[in-house]
Amino acid sequence: MAVIETRAITKRFGDGPAAVDGIDLASADGEFLVLLGPSGCGKTTLLRMIGGLEPPTSGDVLIGGRVVTGLPPRARKIAMVFQSYALYPHMSVYNNIAFPLKAAKLPKAEQEKKVAWAAGILGIDPYLQRKPRQLSGGQRQRVALARALVRDPNVFLLDEPLSNLDAQRRASARDELQGFQRQIGTTTIYVTHDQVEAMGMGDRIAVINQGTIRQLGTPREIYDEPADTFVATFLGSPPMNLVPRDDLLIGFRPEQFSPAAGASGAFTTFPFHVHREEYLGAERLVYGETGPTKVVARFPITADVPVETGRTYEFAVPDGDLKIFDAASGLRRPGGAPKLVLR
Amino acid sequence: MDAKKLGARSVLYAAAGFFALFAALPFGWMILTIFKQNTDLYNPQYNPFLYNDPPTLGNIRLLLEDTQYLTFARNTLVVAILVVVITVVATVPAAYSLTRLAGRWGEGLGIGIFLVYLIPPTLLFIPLTRVVADLNVKNTIWAMVLVYPTFTIPFCTWLLMGFFKSIPWDIEEQAMIDGYSRLGAIWRTVIPVSVPGILTVVVFSVALTMHEFVYALAFVTSSNQKTISVGVTTELIRGDVFYWQALMAAAALVALPVALLYNLFLDRFIAGFTLGAVKG
Repeated sequence: MAVIETRAITKRFGDGPAAVDGIDLASADGEFLVLLGPSGCGKTTLLRMIGGLEPPTSGDVLIGGRVVTGLPPRARKIAMVFQSYALYPHMSVYNNIAFPLKAAKLPKAEQEKKVAWAAGILGIDPYLQRKPRQLSGGQRQRVALARALVRDPNVFLLDEPLSNLDAQRRASARDELQGFQRQIGTTTIYVTHDQVEAMGMGDRIAVINQGTIRQLGTPREIYDEPADTFVATFLGSPPMNLVPRDDLLIGFRPEQFSPAAGASGAFTTFPFHVHREEYLGAERLVYGETGPTKVVARFPITADVPVETGRTYEFAVPDGDLKIFDAASGLRRPGGAPKLVLR
Repeated sequence: MDAKKLGARSVLYAAAGFFALFAALPFGWMILTIFKQNTDLYNPQYNPFLYNDPPTLGNIRLLLEDTQYLTFARNTLVVAILVVVITVVATVPAAYSLTRLAGRWGEGLGIGIFLVYLIPPTLLFIPLTRVVADLNVKNTIWAMVLVYPTFTIPFCTWLLMGFFKSIPWDIEEQAMIDGYSRLGAIWRTVIPVSVPGILTVVVFSVALTMHEFVYALAFVTSSNQKTISVGVTTELIRGDVFYWQALMAAAALVALPVALLYNLFLDRFIAGFTLGAVKG
């Protein structure tokens, strides 16, 4: 068990802009910390620097309070699961799992015990004599996890481990993986570009874009109180509506946008001209415009909100759910929403 | 199976059969000739595909007893083994560095190395004569052990680079995470996965070494230092007298074991290439 910390860590490839630009990040002990961001945002580079596979241009990595920046991966007592699972194709499942134990020169009997234990936890005992190519995607993933597990690491580093699974299998794998992490209690850093994975699994999420952390917080904080317009529009599907007003952007989630007639308490109204409606089974999405700006409203299918395309309605958002951003910087304005005068 | 499929099948087999025969014909001719008496071989009235006189082992006896064929064979074997060892030891780290460590220069350097291979030995033997003389290995098998890697290494480095490119590097990084140094990781993951590639290097080095002629002819004159390729052609062609049957026997005796050896490796190549990637 250990805390992972990076201090002003930076990575530059060639002359281009920094892939990772001075990130300060600290995990809590035993935490499931997700690095979330679009592809090319630097999240995998950050993970590889923590793992020791990529030397940082400047800054430090600390594991358990010890600076490990100059140490090779093998000296960091970490386990990593690659997106490809990186199973050794020439070895049986048993030897794949025992590989880190052989590196640690553990006695044979103890190796067997540990492999059996890890294989038991992940339910892969029947395949121990097979080669990786004879396994399905889900089985390979579990072999990779078992191999990470046996060495009793300080930290798990997971790089998009679910992206090679089909959609159905992914949901159950998410559940298994989180349950497994809770059971083991090892600090875990999990890289993904999938917001559903991040929201569903993370204790905390670090949203990364262009090499910097835009916001670090619990899934609820990130979703409800986004620090800037990037976070506000990266999370949520469909993302937060942003309506420009002077030098401000007024943000509100599609599910908080509903007819003014049914609203109570303090609220702000918007004219909503409906263009198109999408029926998605459990919910409805209504696309339209307020003034020149495109916005979306979302209703659960149980809500009885009749709208017709081509007509304009008066919609409202509770004042407490309005998020105000600076239009120039994209940053959230501190304090509550000012009373808005809307045209 | 319907008629159309059957037709396609028979065309395929006919074509394959034709090329198999085409490839086997010289070899068959060689075997046939070995056991022919001179009177049989040189009489144009005879059907050349049959034994018109009784077959004989005399030609093989001539090869084994009147020439130093066994010495040639031993020299060839020694040179081949040493060249293979030198080649593998040099090309594995070279190809690894060029694909993995040299960044965007690697590809260009690899092609540059390969270009060296294209300079013909008929030109290169002239400057190399000086090298061989200065190193005092002239007229010994060591001249060939020294010179042959100059063409096996460029070719095999290039060959192995292509192979290394196809290896998923994740497994090497994974081995480093799992507790090995870079060298340890290469030894335990890259090398075992590359066995088919390394076997290809072995096969090509042996083939290039065994059929090399120009350097062997230029640097070696003593019979007891000659390899088969130059030995039999200098000892069994005396002026305008060709000892055809013995020449054929000399070729067949090395070709057979080599062909068998390649066949053994062939299965490894196919197994290796279908090894199954790491991809999920």
